[in-house]
Amino acid sequence: MALHTLDLASAEEEERVRPANVRSRADQSYRIFARAGGGLTLGLMALIGLFLVIRSWSALRVAGFGFFTRSVWQPGQGAFGVWSALLGTFLIAIIALAIAVPVAVCSALYVTEYAPARIRRPLTSFIDVLAAIPSLIYGLWGRAFLQPRAILLSRWLGTHLGFIPFFHTQNAQSVASYPASTFIAGLVVALMVVPICTAVMREVFSQAPPGEKEGALALGGTKWGVIRSVVLPFGRGGIIGGSMLGLGRALGETIAVTLLISPNFDPHSLTHVLQTGGNSIASLIALRWSESTTFGISALMAAGLTLFVVTLIVNAIASIIVARSRSGVATEI
Amino acid sequence: MSSSNAVDAVETPPVGEARGPAAGLVAENVSAWFGDHKVLHRVSLEMQANHVTSLIGPSGCGKSTFLRILNRMHELVPSASLAGSVHIDGIDIYRSDLLITDIRRRIGMVFQKPNPFPAMSVAENVVAGLKLAGYRLSRSDAQDTVEHCLERAGLWNEVKNRLGDPGAGLSGGQQQRLCIARALAVRPDVLLMDEPCSALDPTSTRRIEETIDELREQVTIVIVTHNMQQAARVSQYCAFFLAGEGEPGVVVEQGTTQKMFFHPEDQRTLDYVTGRFG
Amino acid sequence: MTTTIERGAAGGEPIDFDEERIEFSGEAPAERIRPRGFRPADVIDLVGAAAGSFCLTWLVYERLTPLSGGLGFGVAWYVTFLATVWLVARERLGALHARDRIVGVIVATVAIGMLIPLAVIVGYTIARGYHALRPQFFTQDQGHVGPLSKATEGGGSEAIVGSFEMVGIATLLSVPLGITTAVFLSEIRGRMARPVRMIVDAMSATPSIVAGLFVYAAFILALHQQQTGLAASLALAVMMLPTVTRTAEVVLRLVPGGLREASLALGGGEWATVRRIIFPTARAGLLTAVILGVARVVGETAPLLVTSLGNPYFNGNAFKGKQDALPLMIYRLVRLPQSAEIQRAWTGALVLLGLVLVLFIVARIIGGRGPGHIGRFKRVRLARKGLS
Repeated sequence: MALHTLDLASAEEEERVRPANVRSRADQSYRIFARAGGGLTLGLMALIGLFLVIRSWSALRVAGFGFFTRSVWQPGQGAFGVWSALLGTFLIAIIALAIAVPVAVCSALYVTEYAPARIRRPLTSFIDVLAAIPSLIYGLWGRAFLQPRAILLSRWLGTHLGFIPFFHTQNAQSVASYPASTFIAGLVVALMVVPICTAVMREVFSQAPPGEKEGALALGGTKWGVIRSVVLPFGRGGIIGGSMLGLGRALGETIAVTLLISPNFDPHSLTHVLQTGGNSIASLIALRWSESTTFGISALMAAGLTLFVVTLIVNAIASIIVARSRSGVATEI
Repeated sequence: MSSSNAVDAVETPPVGEARGPAAGLVAENVSAWFGDHKVLHRVSLEMQANHVTSLIGPSGCGKSTFLRILNRMHELVPSASLAGSVHIDGIDIYRSDLLITDIRRRIGMVFQKPNPFPAMSVAENVVAGLKLAGYRLSRSDAQDTVEHCLERAGLWNEVKNRLGDPGAGLSGGQQQRLCIARALAVRPDVLLMDEPCSALDPTSTRRIEETIDELREQVTIVIVTHNMQQAARVSQYCAFFLAGEGEPGVVVEQGTTQKMFFHPEDQRTLDYVTGRFG
Repeated sequence: MTTTIERGAAGGEPIDFDEERIEFSGEAPAERIRPRGFRPADVIDLVGAAAGSFCLTWLVYERLTPLSGGLGFGVAWYVTFLATVWLVARERLGALHARDRIVGVIVATVAIGMLIPLAVIVGYTIARGYHALRPQFFTQDQGHVGPLSKATEGGGSEAIVGSFEMVGIATLLSVPLGITTAVFLSEIRGRMARPVRMIVDAMSATPSIVAGLFVYAAFILALHQQQTGLAASLALAVMMLPTVTRTAEVVLRLVPGGLREASLALGGGEWATVRRIIFPTARAGLLTAVILGVARVVGETAPLLVTSLGNPYFNGNAFKGKQDALPLMIYRLVRLPQSAEIQRAWTGALVLLGLVLVLFIVARIIGGRGPGHIGRFKRVRLARKGLS
């Protein structure tokens, strides 16, 4: 319907304003106070980075660029580098995620799609409880209960799949070659990380649009068809977000790893994940801290700074990926 | 802060004797934008004191936006701006020295979706506006206010034994009447109602329409409604909003409800009230 | 009962609905159909597949044995089970449904399989820890315990008190700041909101030992402090802050916008709205945020290793001297060779686990109540004000 009633070229110009919001004293103080809170939080973080850098400086200055490429750790003799610790950290994290992500996806799918409605809530609570259990307890249990049993698995893998360089082990037949390995550490960290990832993914899967799911069912789809066509695509951001959250946690995990591995600084044998020996930056710091000189502490600070930067990068990438996905809004990573 | 008469002019006694006649609103050449998108063009309307004015028209014509300009809620949207003036009792509500909270206390609003405060009981909801303004009520004042306002909202008999129950536990129609009672407790001059019955069943709608009729003795009411029959039932004055495709909304015609519904001057008004479109 | 509706302005007859009443009683009850997803035939399929694959594996496994032991058997059985399920389903239901069925089985077995070891952790901790769990665990400290003492001598009182103090101070520091920041992010949303949110996200990714390093660098070195319980509290506060902020922000955002509008329309100021409407409505969620933040840090070890090395003697003063904490005690004792010390470590672990579980349950109970819950105390208060 044509409606050319408007004489938009009216004679007078309209004076367009954004009205001034006059606030009471109480409101003004409240706003200032809240802004101060935000600013303080912001400042705190900047300080973390700043102080770490300051304290690392003396060590970094001595080691130079070699800090990132050398594998030994002897600050007393001026020879130290974070490479093997970094490599070990990544190996543990990769093993952990390789196990944890598929398990988390299956668990989250089970809770949201397959579990009978009555046990859904208790199950969700149970998963949240597991995510809250301190890593120290995972480490204790891993060392006391899991390790004796897991080395049997390691031995099986070492003897039968030892031709794969990853699984190659010296003295593959002997059980003694297998404890305190990167693999076992990765296994325990995986168990630690699964509840966290599952919780995030479950949250996201449960928000898959019911209208689309009903549409898929109405077309004659099976449950797996609905999952494949609606839930998983919708939840992609959540899957990645949850995985990244787990990755960050795995990279920074200190205590469980410290309790499980015996530190090994040779990068080549580090990649033989089944055999004894492993490393991680966090456990390096934890183990060497109390016996370090001031210079040694500075070197450890530099290692900590490296870990911090790596974690930040991982998180930033995850945020970007998640923010662009449909389910990203629901993910609280 | 400026002259004291500005403060007095918007001061409202919280409880006490029945107030005198309410004030009316006058809008002159009000235009509104969201960002650069114009949604209202030069709306001029006089809303008579102690009468009910209804704003009718198809959806998307800026009726709700206009309503929200009347109590300075429009500017809550960060990109919003406006032009023109709105006066209550001769005072420009957009004057830069007035506290916005005082304006809103004089010009109250009831929303489309009932929104009682869930953390409060029924009685607490009623006096919530006074608490928010910082008034302290004595026990008897509180009881009086609660009973008085719930009665005027037509809800007293239904909830008088349930005053301590959570406000959100009532039915939809009761919740909306609770919101009306809550708005009345701060003793506004004007009560703006944004499609208050659209989420309710017919029985509740009828109750609220009866309430509106009783309220107008003490409050000026401006109501936005999609329901023409409702406008015909409750209002004495009427303004018909219309917007063409991609154009801002305007008031095509305004006047008494009698005139608008039975002998409108504009063809489009006639088409709308006879149901040819909308 | 007659219902009449007036026809409004146009006039007309009121409508009487009496004549068209439907009789709802007196008929024979209809047989109700309850469609179920899982039919008896499906159950038989699964059980049969399990049993059949078990036998098959048992037979064949013994022959093809470079593989050894229970683990290999279990894996082989699982794989055979899946294959059997697939084949049977394909026979009976067709390929499409076979795929659906196999996916369902895999998902269910993986999920339940995951939960079992995790449940074992809790059980194992209880089993190992309860031996030395006596009341004196909570009252005596490690000070007079030597390497040869029995596990039931001495206790972890210094650790428990230390943990309480550290976590308490950390809470006092991080909760006000966290909630204020959350209010800033969700209510005020100024230009700084984006950087602040990015920072909070980055902080929550900080490895726990880095938080300890930071406090060491900033507090202990720069301000020339000693390693004390206070330093440990600061490190814990740094870890708690992002958790509390983010959870609190989510909770505040969940308060419906209609409530804010209603409050503003009544003439409430911004602070009055936050204080009287938003906080009470979000109260349960905010409490949950705090409790979950506490539960997270109470078991943190790494930052404590760096800032407060632990102390077997009782030290109730967080501001002076090293202070012990549960995680530190556990970590220290579990690496000692004596079995008694290890036993004490496990008992400490049991106490820690119990603490976390209790916190968690409390958070659940509080968080489960919606904002509309009006308890006994509140009703009394309302009555006193004349509002009930």
